[in-house]
Amino acid sequence: MDKLKRVPIKEQDPSVRVNNFDEVCLGYTLDEAKEEASRCIQCKNPRCVEGCPVSINIPGFINEIVKGDIEEAFNVISKYSALPAICGRVCPQETQCEERCIRGIKGEAVAIGKLERFVADWARENNIAPKPPKEKNGIKVAVIGSGPAGLTCAKDLAELGYDVTVFEALHEPGGVLVYGIPEFRLPKEEVVKPEIENLRALGVKIETNVIIGKSVTIDELMEEEGFEAVFIGSGAGLPNFMGIPGENANGVFSANEYLTRSNLMKAFDSNYDTPIITGKKVAVVGGGNVAMDAARTALRLGADVTIVYRRSEKELPARVEEVHHAKEEGIHFMFLTNPKEILVDENGWVKGMRCVKMELGEEDQSGRRRPVEVENSDFIIEVDTVIMSLGTRPNPLISSTTHGLETNRRGCIIVDEETGQTSREGVFAGGDAVTGSATVIQAMGAGKKAAKAIHEYLLAKKR
Amino acid sequence: MSKDYTYVITRKEKLAESIYLMDIKAPRVAAHCYPGQFVILKIDEKGERIPLTICDYDRDNGIVTIVFQALGHSTKLMAEYEVGEAFRDFTGPLGKKSELIDMPREELSKKKVLFVAGGVGAAPVYPQVKWMKENGYEPDCIIGARSKDFVILEDQIRQYANNLYITTDDGSYGMKGNVNDAIRHLVQEKGKHYDIVVAIGPMIMMKFVSLLTKELNIKTIVSMNPIMVDGTGMCGACRLTVGNEIKFACVDGPEFDGHLVNFDEAMKRLSMYKTKEGKKILREKEGETHHHKDCQIHKE
Ligand SMILES: Cc1cc2nc3c(=O)[nH]c(=O)nc-3n(C[C@H](O)[C@H](O)[C@H](O)COP(=O)(O)OP(=O)(O)OC[C@H]3O[C@@H](n4cnc5c(N)ncnc54)[C@H](O)[C@@H]3O)c2cc1C
Ligand SMILES: Cc1cc2nc3c(=O)[nH]c(=O)nc-3n(C[C@H](O)[C@H](O)[C@H](O)COP(=O)(O)OP(=O)(O)OC[C@H]3O[C@@H](n4cnc5c(N)ncnc54)[C@H](O)[C@@H]3O)c2cc1C
Ligand code: SF4
Ligand code: SF4
Ligand code: FES
Repeated sequence: MDKLKRVPIKEQDPSVRVNNFDEVCLGYTLDEAKEEASRCIQCKNPRCVEGCPVSINIPGFINEIVKGDIEEAFNVISKYSALPAICGRVCPQETQCEERCIRGIKGEAVAIGKLERFVADWARENNIAPKPPKEKNGIKVAVIGSGPAGLTCAKDLAELGYDVTVFEALHEPGGVLVYGIPEFRLPKEEVVKPEIENLRALGVKIETNVIIGKSVTIDELMEEEGFEAVFIGSGAGLPNFMGIPGENANGVFSANEYLTRSNLMKAFDSNYDTPIITGKKVAVVGGGNVAMDAARTALRLGADVTIVYRRSEKELPARVEEVHHAKEEGIHFMFLTNPKEILVDENGWVKGMRCVKMELGEEDQSGRRRPVEVENSDFIIEVDTVIMSLGTRPNPLISSTTHGLETNRRGCIIVDEETGQTSREGVFAGGDAVTGSATVIQAMGAGKKAAKAIHEYLLAKKR
Repeated sequence: MSKDYTYVITRKEKLAESIYLMDIKAPRVAAHCYPGQFVILKIDEKGERIPLTICDYDRDNGIVTIVFQALGHSTKLMAEYEVGEAFRDFTGPLGKKSELIDMPREELSKKKVLFVAGGVGAAPVYPQVKWMKENGYEPDCIIGARSKDFVILEDQIRQYANNLYITTDDGSYGMKGNVNDAIRHLVQEKGKHYDIVVAIGPMIMMKFVSLLTKELNIKTIVSMNPIMVDGTGMCGACRLTVGNEIKFACVDGPEFDGHLVNFDEAMKRLSMYKTKEGKKILREKEGETHHHKDCQIHKE
């Protein structure tokens, strides 16, 4: 066996998977996992751990796989992460843990994410769940939002004995994990639901259909319902539009709407009532993970899909694996192109998009070269559906209804980075609500830090 | 099947052909809602998220009243539910409360307000009329419907309105004509003065009321009901052009200045998911409550 190379992982064939919503990556078998695990050289100062926002003891759990004790491997991971089956699937590993892996210097990094996923899937299939705490302290803590930040914070607090209630605005807990990331990357029934059930097993209560700021305010939770601390993990769900002519035409959607219809409301399944417009020729504007997800969803619904991105392929912010999968599935890419206008027919439906060519100019603050328009380079592409995937902002609902909660110019909640403490006593925050759109594992990391800080705050308060 | 669900139906009444009223047990919504706001209801696991205006509420008993028209797939399914059964999800209150409620009392007391309700629009108008009366104001109200059988909530609104005028398309009750005929009659023939018109009903009605009140120079508030998914500002499905700006009806509205709303665009957007079935039923049952030959739904 060539130790420089990864054990390959099975995937659904692209020509088959474009016709279904089943998961693309099929995961390792026990033997394959053991073989891949044996590539880890068990570094004394493991650099991989530094790359993981929740500092999972990576050599520790990998060593258990080598020994064949998968249950113990799961126990090791569970000390750090509440959602390993999810992170193993959606973490941008190649820029986090795996980027630092020593194996990556000469050959391919150890497939840490895929191994993590294997362990979590094995534990679920063998009904192994984290154990509830021995003692409850009866102190009530509210967690707002059930995305990765909220779920992680809730788990850690429940394990410390707190009486935790998660409030979720939508009818299903999970945040972006259920409404944004598609089924074919992250199965809902098989993967997300069980991880949320594990939380319930720890004693966490989840109240859906409660919109904090509307159904009840943070002030009321603290003053009337007896919650002694609050964690805000409300995400960054507000979609941006471009502000170009024709953007309100029928057939123009935000990626959030398109993905929510398909994922949360299961419009792709004809047993569910929510409709979705599939389109024959779809343009997706943007180049992030969200754009890839929207494009691959539209493809599976039967459309011919083109991603329109204003910079070049090198600058694509999406994960390499997602871009690779998208290409394999037959998504077209139009780089250095920016929409100027959406053309509308007499009934109000999209009939095309006028675009302009771009070229890369000087570097901006982010170190990326700024795209500038090429004069007189307008051209028209024929499409009947346009999906705008231009990033999102935090929703102002909570900040505008909570006294003394400070936000910055972009509407993000201002916190102390180490603790998640906001400008309001007893109120902590983390995840996309603080950073703007980031990643699942960063949101989890913030939830973890805040849980620790809430515990310390409440201990000090009780003294 | 619905026994495990939380949001129990405690009262159901049929107000007119295919128009139903339901009381739903939903304490968190009842405790915080105001006239002008709405809820989102989801029947069961597989259902759509259906936006419905809050028609009344009882804070003490945790009850919210909704009135809906069984038009398409989901609303017809809702109509099959009976007292004691329950819906899976019921969330709110969503949107902003009515502009009148947030207006300084002193300012509002100087204003003469006319409510204009078209069809099921009487449901969202009712709590506003009631709130005004209970807070010491004296609003007038017009209810417009296709015929006598489709006039709903008349007695309830009459309790609180200073003057109530009724118009029917076929003249089977009240004045013959549409709501605009009634507004003209009141303002131009009877010389009544109004500072604010609140018009709620089918979009086409709100459009034509707004055109008339612009001519009459009366400030007009309309309540927009575009297609929605989440109702919390997350999807942008509900976006409208108001003046030169894009607004999300679920968080910025649902009430807007009727003189600034781009109704033609909004009506086109509303037709996006209309099922053939939905359109057919609307044409048969609603008939001319849409009043105008330019109505999108009639043209298709
Ligand atoms: C389509 C898509 C694909 C992505 N792909 C990846 C990926 O592959 N890898 C990766 O690492 N990251 C990915 N991300 C980013 C990642 O999902 C987010 O960074 C992460 O989910 C943020 O977690 P969070 O807990 O802060 O917020 P969210 O997951 O957004 O959860 C917030 C929750 O709070 C709820 N909420 C909001 N307001 C209120 C309120 N007032 N009251 C009650 N509840 C409220 C929301 O309904 C939501 O459920 C993707 C994002 C999207 C949209
Ligand atoms: C803020 C708001 C308040 C509303 N209040 C009420 C009310 O108090 N009483 C009432 O009877 N109706 C009200 N509606 C309209 C109601 O939500 C629709 O009648 C209902 O969604 C139609 O669903 P359907 O499946 O029965 O009809 P179908 O015609 O089969 O619907 C097909 C699709 O079109 C969408 N749709 C159709 N008509 C509308 C519409 N008018 N508004 C939004 N989406 C629509 C639905 O989401 C659905 O996906 C309100 C809508 C909004 C946005
Ligand atoms: S949680 Fe993410 S970053 Fe951490 S080890 Fe797992 S895959 Fe790597
Ligand atoms: S850096 Fe790579 S080889 Fe070293 S412990 Fe981490 S995973 Fe193993
Ligand atoms: S309904 Fe989704 S943003 Fe308004």
